[in-house]
Amino acid sequence: MKEQIIKILTELRPEFDFTQEGVNFIEEGMLDSFDMVNLVSELDSTFGISIDGVDILPENFATVADIEKLLMKNGAK
Amino acid sequence: MDFVFKNKRISGILTVLPKKAVKFEDEMANYSFSPAKCMKLKLAMGYNEHRIAEPGQCSSDFCKFGLRYLFDKHLLNKDDIDALLFVSQSGDYYMPPTSNLIQGHFGLKHDCLCMDINQGCAGFEVGLIQAFMLLEQPVIKRVVLMNADVLSPKVSAQDRNSKPLIGDAASITIVEKCEEETTIYANIKMDGTGAFALNIPAGGFRMPSTPETAVMVQDAAGNFRSKDNLVMQGDDVFNFVQREVPPMIEHLYEQSGVDRNEVDWYMFHQPNKFMLHKLADKLGIPHEKMPANIVENFGNASGVTVPTCISYNLGDQLVNGKMRLCMAGFGVGLTWSSIMVEMGNLSFNKIIEF
Repeated sequence: MKEQIIKILTELRPEFDFTQEGVNFIEEGMLDSFDMVNLVSELDSTFGISIDGVDILPENFATVADIEKLLMKNGAK
Repeated sequence: MDFVFKNKRISGILTVLPKKAVKFEDEMANYSFSPAKCMKLKLAMGYNEHRIAEPGQCSSDFCKFGLRYLFDKHLLNKDDIDALLFVSQSGDYYMPPTSNLIQGHFGLKHDCLCMDINQGCAGFEVGLIQAFMLLEQPVIKRVVLMNADVLSPKVSAQDRNSKPLIGDAASITIVEKCEEETTIYANIKMDGTGAFALNIPAGGFRMPSTPETAVMVQDAAGNFRSKDNLVMQGDDVFNFVQREVPPMIEHLYEQSGVDRNEVDWYMFHQPNKFMLHKLADKLGIPHEKMPANIVENFGNASGVTVPTCISYNLGDQLVNGKMRLCMAGFGVGLTWSSIMVEMGNLSFNKIIEF
């Protein structure tokens, strides 16, 4: 799952390195709110889920681990 | 707040759109995104083209054009209008009320209650609730509800949050008493603490427009707008809608005793495709039962999107038959409202161009 998330993030914003540990993607300006919309669309189709709209909050997209947790919560396997 | 209305019906819907259509691709050079990212924005949000009024055209002009059409086609009789509601955020003047101007323009009878209501995205539902309440009075048999907004001049051309989705339009809905046993369920909630999630800072009495308010300033996301422009806190609006709308619809099922599967169509306000699909998923509603094609074809004209959605997607189906609709509006105010209604055998349900 982690590799798939990094692949999607890199396709979305190829200018950034999403493999770095301890980096907050939102605070560092690597993802803006529109990126989150695109990311959710990609994650939904890749994992065959629909991420709950109430979970589309910046804090859930801050790190790969946060995104992984979000996916698990929304039924991704 | 819940409402129940009996022996009332919607008998006709006319949507009036500007002739001028502007393509997303023709405006994207104004945005601070690369062309590739703009195309992603288009795909995710469902942007394609939007209808924009010509300079000088006001909301009331679209209403007058629609009313003239209905009078000329003998679909509405001037003397049968007991109340004229104008729901808009873009009236002609601070004073007088635009509804009075329209009444005067057509020389409607003096026994006609004219009322302007300042409402946005939930303006269709607010207008219908007001119309149904007026119809409780013995002297009021027919209400003409006009929803109209020409807000495109207030949106910065360099604002990719709002410019690609804004549309101008008007609708005229006839609401009347009927002998047939009908029950319409409605609810509404408001939260003024979130009022500035959607606003136009300058131009009112609190902050009159001046050369200073017209200065363009770049925001953190790279959009340029002035204080005279509409500003939408997109994240706040999105979160508000996802948090409040699903429980409101669940409550409407309980209130009306209607199961979600018994609803033929979900006619919701049209902010963008992404938001509507998220709402449909949360509510367990197939996407095809909740049309999300108004922004891509015409733009988001605030309170006019629900009637536009009904006219565009159902058209003559509502003239020749009857269906159960769940309607919902949410946005400016903050306001959120929904209505469960059986609608059909309309005298008209169509779109015309002005």
